[in-house]
Amino acid sequence: MTDKTAITLTVNGSDHHIACAPRKTLADALREDCGLTGTHLGCEHGVCGACTITVNDAPVRSCLMFAVQAEGGDIRTVEGLAKGDDLSPLQQFFIDEHALQCGYCTPGFLMLIEGTLRQTPDISEDELDEILSSNLCRCTGYRNILRAARRALDHARTTTPEPAA
Amino acid sequence: MTDATLPNARRSAWIGQSVTRLEDRPLVAGLGRFVADMDRPRQLHARIVRSPHATGRITDIDCAEADAMPGVTVWTAERLGEVPRIPFRATKISGLEPYVQPVLAVERVRYVGEPVAIVFAEDPYVAEDAAETIFVDVEDDNPPILDARAAPGTFLPGISTEPVVVEKGYGDVEAAFAAAAHVVELDLATGRHSGIPMEPRGALAEWDAGRGHLDLWGATKRPHWNRDRLAEMFGLSPTCIDLHEPHVGGGFGIRGELYPEDVLVCMGAMRLRRPVKWVEDRREHMMAANHSREQQHLIRAAVDADGHILAIDETLHHDQGAYVRTHGARVADMSIGLLLGPYRVPAYAARAHFRLTAKTPAATYRAPGRFEGSFVRERLMDAIAQRLAMDPLELRRRNFIGTSEMPYQRGLTALESEVVLDSGDYDGLLTKAQDFCGWNDMQAEAAARRAAGEAVGIGLGFFVEKSGLGPSELVRVTIATDGEIEIVTGAASLGQGMETAIAQIAADTLGADYTACRVIHGQTDRITHGWGAHASRVTVMTGEATRRAATELHDRARDMAAELLDALPTDVILDGGRATNTATGDHVTLGQIAAALDPVSPRRGDRQPGLSAEAWFHNTHMNYPYGAHIAMVAVDTETGRTTVERYAISYDVGRAVNPAMIEGQILGGLAQGLGGALLEEFRYDQDGQPLSVTFADYLMPSSAEMPEVAIQILEDAPSPLNPLGLKGSGEAGVTAAGAAIAAAIDDALQRPGLVTRLPVTPQYLHARLAQFDAGGDA
Repeated sequence: MTDKTAITLTVNGSDHHIACAPRKTLADALREDCGLTGTHLGCEHGVCGACTITVNDAPVRSCLMFAVQAEGGDIRTVEGLAKGDDLSPLQQFFIDEHALQCGYCTPGFLMLIEGTLRQTPDISEDELDEILSSNLCRCTGYRNILRAARRALDHARTTTPEPAA
Repeated sequence: MTDATLPNARRSAWIGQSVTRLEDRPLVAGLGRFVADMDRPRQLHARIVRSPHATGRITDIDCAEADAMPGVTVWTAERLGEVPRIPFRATKISGLEPYVQPVLAVERVRYVGEPVAIVFAEDPYVAEDAAETIFVDVEDDNPPILDARAAPGTFLPGISTEPVVVEKGYGDVEAAFAAAAHVVELDLATGRHSGIPMEPRGALAEWDAGRGHLDLWGATKRPHWNRDRLAEMFGLSPTCIDLHEPHVGGGFGIRGELYPEDVLVCMGAMRLRRPVKWVEDRREHMMAANHSREQQHLIRAAVDADGHILAIDETLHHDQGAYVRTHGARVADMSIGLLLGPYRVPAYAARAHFRLTAKTPAATYRAPGRFEGSFVRERLMDAIAQRLAMDPLELRRRNFIGTSEMPYQRGLTALESEVVLDSGDYDGLLTKAQDFCGWNDMQAEAAARRAAGEAVGIGLGFFVEKSGLGPSELVRVTIATDGEIEIVTGAASLGQGMETAIAQIAADTLGADYTACRVIHGQTDRITHGWGAHASRVTVMTGEATRRAATELHDRARDMAAELLDALPTDVILDGGRATNTATGDHVTLGQIAAALDPVSPRRGDRQPGLSAEAWFHNTHMNYPYGAHIAMVAVDTETGRTTVERYAISYDVGRAVNPAMIEGQILGGLAQGLGGALLEEFRYDQDGQPLSVTFADYLMPSSAEMPEVAIQILEDAPSPLNPLGLKGSGEAGVTAAGAAIAAAIDDALQRPGLVTRLPVTPQYLHARLAQFDAGGDA
């Protein structure tokens, strides 16, 4: 169980050749082996959603997936949202709407919204609200997160999504 | 350079603006650096072995299998040797020393989750593997005490599980009850909760044997105090230890206290001569980090025929859990010290039974003692109104302390200071709150829906908060030659937005852009003193110290600028990051002024070199913001589920530095308040096994449980205790949530006095309804 396997993870368009034990979670591999610490762990049993990333555009809990299962998938993390110094519209909506305080749950919410809108750009506002209730935040009381997500939804409806870099 | 059109309005009037936060950019980009994100070369990973038993004598700790694992080191209390115990921060109540928690259990375990051993390994997965092989054998000798009202037991031979009974009061309570037209008595309780920040706790320590210096990353809340205590415990000079606050994923009072794990990680680094990293998992967090809130109150009021309170008598049983931690008996003490809120109470007698039980130790959690106390006091006000058949708001108005009575000496103490209500217009706020939420329309709507068969009701909770706890804060402000402004404070940031608020105060005072400010906090190597972030103190204490330092810098910059601009200092204004001669429009930037004050600059003359100033703010009294929560709920009588449909909070903050951030504090606090009112509770079985150690069992509100909230921020009663009139806003969203929800549920079910306990879970509501309708008391 502790013997390491060589795998390649494709994260934000870049290949990471890493060696990790089969039992290592995707979240731990991203953080420790790929140096991408923007993905946070809040409960490690799939409830809080802080570790949400996208794999092939689907939001997933990276604490509930083994790194070896993600090989060959298109993995996206919060670090991939901005283009250089330019924040994505979704990131900017979070700032403008005061949708974060401590910022620990924020990457999970961003990737949940990002994946949801990529998969279902025509989602209804109520359905989006419903999906947002799957992640926990302890600082904001959620209303500003919902507002930022609504703005992202409006933005998605009025623009053609760019293919991920 | 000449500026032809000087702005009419000051461009740097940042105080009062809802600007976006300086903190946010790295956090949305995944560039935050939380303690788990940090590593040191050759670090070991620690894992704590925790007691699976609530109480009993340790007969054996079998480490054989872990000891045999390559690269694994295991310490028990025996192997660790004598370690000084973590002392108290709140020291007024003496005699608590026997109850302090050892860093690893000695001879006995006293709650499930108590650290019994620590494992160090090369890899965190291996540390966890090794920890799971360690078997703690415990002989159950006495059944665990799980109710603070049960008779006290024996903590140690000759030492009771009731360390202290705190008593407070004034006036002739007995005479008041004898003369009362009515006596109203309630028996109330609040459940066991905690702050549950989304980021679990963590610590990373490195010992530099050559320099004899210890660094600890992962500190927050009270870095300087924690540094000083670690120095004492390790026999080191405070100059040989530095604590560093990285990004912190929420605190809410429970995070950043000096915990056993912090001490163990430091000792590991010093003794094993390798950096040690420890990050807890969620399950251990729920069993190990401070709990809070669990109290039982027996409260009686003596009232005259017109509804004036004559006296209050209160008996509190406070469930402290298994040990006394850094706060001593502070929460029990302030629960009765701040219980009376906004009301005039001529005579008062209270006693707080501070009792140990076989549960995770308790301490402060956002609005400690006030969430509980506001629930109790406002339940009492509603019960008095019901007894006298009086409008509950009118009853409150009759008992409010008036504006002409401010400052109002309570004759009580809390947090080691005299309670003196500094300013407030309680009656005025209640009127504004009613108008703001549309009280009469809400009442009419609820009545109409009840007539149509729905269980809909409205409740109000009025509260007085406290903020701006001293004693002191020190700030150093420096303007660099590029015009950037560095503000260093010993206060801390747990995500509340303090960098932005402090930058707004500095930039407003200096006439600069707030985005040119960089606020450094929680670093003991950057400033000599600091009191951290708690008790809604940072905007008040660091804010005023910042204003003072910035004022000095402003005057020194203006003096230098006047010479550079060949102007009278009185003709020079600082705004927009530069000094302008109002007579000519000529200007120089703050950076150019700082360059002119360089130690070797020929322009400096005899002026003090550099553009840096320090200032202290000392404050012996807290200030007292206040407000009202108003809730509209619907109860599903089939399932017992309560839905919060609408919510309004009116809050007087004295002076609002950033209204959007204050709204954020209130909204976030309310989510925790609603959690405590309806969902959250640490439950235990009869053996003391915790039943709520995952997010599937300890239910925190999600976005689906959060209503739209209307927030009214008022500035009618600025604090006279600081020149900007600042009061704090960190706790206002929590304080009266339990009170308002309880009253709303009573109203929805048209059963006054129904709710006597929080949280109002469906199970509780079903049982309580049956009891109430059978004519039983709580």
